Amino acid sequence: MSKPKVAFYWCASCGGCEETVLDLAEAVLDVVKAVDIVFWPVAMDFKESDVQAMEDGSIAVAFINGAICNSHQRHMAELLRRKAQTVVAFGACAQLGGIPGLANMNHHKDLVEAIYGSDAPQEIWKSNGYELTLPRFADKVQALDRVIAVEYYVPGCPPTPKITQQALDALLGGSPPPKGTVLAPDQALCEDCPRRETRPEKLLIKEFKRPHEIVADQEKCLLAQGLLCLGPETRSGCEAPCIKGNMPCTGCFGPTSRVRDFGAKALSAVASLADSNEELDIERILAPIADPVGTFYRYSLPTSLAGGKFTK
Amino acid sequence: MNTKVSIEPITRLEGHGKIEIYLDDKGNVDRAWFQVPELRGFEKFVQGRLPEDMPQITSRICGVCPTAHHMASTKALDDLYKVTPPAAAKKVRELVYSTFMAEDHTLHFYFLGGPDFVVGPTAPKAERNVLGVIAKVGIETGQKVIAMRRKLRELTALAAGKPIHPVFGLPGGVAKPLSADILAQFKTVAAEAVDFALFTLDVFDKIVLKNSGYVDLIVSDGFTHKTYYMGMVDEKNRLNFYDGTMRVVAPEGNESARFASRDYAQYIAERTEPWSYMKFTYLKAPGWTGFNEGSSSGIYCVAPLARLNVTDALATPHAQAAYEQYIKTLGKPVHHTLANHWARVIELLYAAERMQELANDPETGDSNVRTLPTEQPREGIGIVEAPRGTLIHHYKAGEDGRISNANLIVATQNNAARIALGVDKAARTLITGGKVDDGILNMVEMAFRAYDPCLGCATHSLPGSMPLRVNVHNPQGDMLTTVRRDSDGSIHRT
Amino acid sequence: MPEAVEPKILAIFCNWCTYLAADLAGTSRIKYPANIRVVRVMCSGRVDPQFVMDAFAKGADGVLIGGCHPGDCHYQEGNYKCLRRFELLRRMVKEMGIEDERFRLEWISASEGDRLRTVVTDMVEKIRPLGPRQTLTEVTQ
Repeated sequence: MSKPKVAFYWCASCGGCEETVLDLAEAVLDVVKAVDIVFWPVAMDFKESDVQAMEDGSIAVAFINGAICNSHQRHMAELLRRKAQTVVAFGACAQLGGIPGLANMNHHKDLVEAIYGSDAPQEIWKSNGYELTLPRFADKVQALDRVIAVEYYVPGCPPTPKITQQALDALLGGSPPPKGTVLAPDQALCEDCPRRETRPEKLLIKEFKRPHEIVADQEKCLLAQGLLCLGPETRSGCEAPCIKGNMPCTGCFGPTSRVRDFGAKALSAVASLADSNEELDIERILAPIADPVGTFYRYSLPTSLAGGKFTK
Repeated sequence: MNTKVSIEPITRLEGHGKIEIYLDDKGNVDRAWFQVPELRGFEKFVQGRLPEDMPQITSRICGVCPTAHHMASTKALDDLYKVTPPAAAKKVRELVYSTFMAEDHTLHFYFLGGPDFVVGPTAPKAERNVLGVIAKVGIETGQKVIAMRRKLRELTALAAGKPIHPVFGLPGGVAKPLSADILAQFKTVAAEAVDFALFTLDVFDKIVLKNSGYVDLIVSDGFTHKTYYMGMVDEKNRLNFYDGTMRVVAPEGNESARFASRDYAQYIAERTEPWSYMKFTYLKAPGWTGFNEGSSSGIYCVAPLARLNVTDALATPHAQAAYEQYIKTLGKPVHHTLANHWARVIELLYAAERMQELANDPETGDSNVRTLPTEQPREGIGIVEAPRGTLIHHYKAGEDGRISNANLIVATQNNAARIALGVDKAARTLITGGKVDDGILNMVEMAFRAYDPCLGCATHSLPGSMPLRVNVHNPQGDMLTTVRRDSDGSIHRT
Repeated sequence: MPEAVEPKILAIFCNWCTYLAADLAGTSRIKYPANIRVVRVMCSGRVDPQFVMDAFAKGADGVLIGGCHPGDCHYQEGNYKCLRRFELLRRMVKEMGIEDERFRLEWISASEGDRLRTVVTDMVEKIRPLGPRQTLTEVTQ
């Protein structure tokens, strides 16, 4: 029996999701024994024409990372959708829009004008029998499932090798999970955090601190120290590497299943901690959260309810 | 009507790109275009962000070299706040950074660029990858490579939180000191890394240097360009990846410029060609003269080839010995693009030895790794040598303390013009009489792959088309035509 | 000069105070502008910022939260929770392009039908000159 075919592809991506697959280390050799990798531009020389030549549906699973920012990325997503039975949105950019999604704070027209002045790029350039194409930029950065149907999501920026291995096992094993599943535990990071024991029952903050303003204690709950840790709002599964690095969680695993808009909910949870009932005092306590969009929507602006900046 | 041959996408590098090659009716290359079709807009969307978030946000420019961005950004924050980290913090940073350089160079040699030599440039497509390498060098060696990378990654996680998108950089220091236990692990793995680097040099020697066909390819004219070179050196003019002074060396080998990080803008400029969307960097002295080589053209090169041209010596013993052998074989400066692969392995050895030095330095384990900033953030510049070349992060903060402006000159951009020259020349050299096959096209790709380009990095802000101005020559070498494209789409042919 | 469009304002009123004030205004025949669409919640502390984002994403010209005066919350502290969230949310939606005039939190007790009229009238008058809203992105489900 032939091995299932697997493809890895990157849209508006940094390559970190590719690297995390390589970080399976020795386990990658087992993966390679079990599957036939038919497309993986970072590591292999198969070209788009090779994918076009495949039969529709002949790829068992396509892992697509990166957000969709232009027409070529959309085209590749649609191509892989046709050729694959199952598509996995791999990593925060594909699942939520990711950090490139912060570009949605600028109206596309303003971004283009800031960069090119009045000479915008051309999608097709023809002359003297030559034809060169450049992708057209989309009006907004989008997550993968806004462009093609997606069966599963693997969260993280990037997903950890462990979460990646678990996803591979789940999808290539006999009984895959229900469609639409996010392949990581459906609970908050706090549940898994090594500092959980030091988190107070009733957590209230008299003063939020920015990480460069204090030397954080290496054992105590970071939120209890006044650092803006998004652990309570973020899906677990990463094993808290940032906290082990003595820095607060920034929310890259996205929300649990019970939340529609990560940034709005995270803001709600954090603001509720302000230990005051007086308007001016509340303002003072929350003032260090000086960049709410960058803090709460860092990875998820495209999939937020707003999708980006509101315009008049 | 001309035939078009497309390489889509280019592979075994970071980022998106394609090469479009037009053949004339004799089957020779009329023009070759190296296009980079991506853009995310970092320089724009970091405006309004908090300075302390920049190391983790800018690391998302690249998941292959995130530690480079994280480090340049952290150094820019030191400058932004005018705060000096304690000595131990600098050592921890350089230790992690050396670990990262060793890992990334290993990745490139065995996974990205190396397959071209180990398996062979025209080997079947399905074998030209790390699996083909493992099949060639043997499973035991393959496991050794994988294990070495894994250990280096694990160390980075221990010290910096995550190997991909680390979290430890703060203005004035690092987030936590290295415990005695962690430092001990660094010591153990560093020793293994040095052995591994020596082993890799040996692999390179056996597979590449002892293969006369490969050596001919390396020194061939089709892959050679005489340009300026730039890199970072310490006070003894020896290469340092983490900190130092910028040094520029002319095509003839003499030092032509020297500057501190803060003054980069006096020496380097970015340029938008009317027909290009990606900014090309060039040296203000001698200035831009077009896509030309030589000492009157401001085009320069960075990364291993350039760094070994710029350095007087390497600061660690095994690397220095390897360096002497390299210069003895190729002379100095080395203008052969494919020699990047050799230079990279020598840098791997230097990184491993430097890692060992720092891991064995007791001060690296000191508990004081933070100086708290007291100044308001204003303006800061941080430069490091990323695996793929010089990386500059330059930030300005507004009255509200948030980032108001960011200028990033990202490694591969420094090589953009030389890559354009390289792909064009390689295409014209390799493709004649209409003979085009997968192996030949892969060899055209080798012209960019030697630079280990990071196109996600290079297009952090500007998209796209990195056109070559193409010079079309007849077989006698007379230039027939030059073509450039304007941003309004009009074509000019002279 | 675009035609003046009547602003549509989502009003989220707490059951125990502001909603009763609206009732009172009704029974007292106190006329207030018809621009508000009222949703009743049990407490202003129930107001999830997701409601606010959703409303603006769907094109609401304004969002008004009405709750009990500090100290009067039927559930003790609910309105204080609302106040804390409002402070940060207001800043965030402002950065996302929603002017101050479009998003308000007001304490209106059950007997303050008149105050309700004043607040709503004032809000409508301040929003109207800002013009119609457009969303940057389409609403996704």
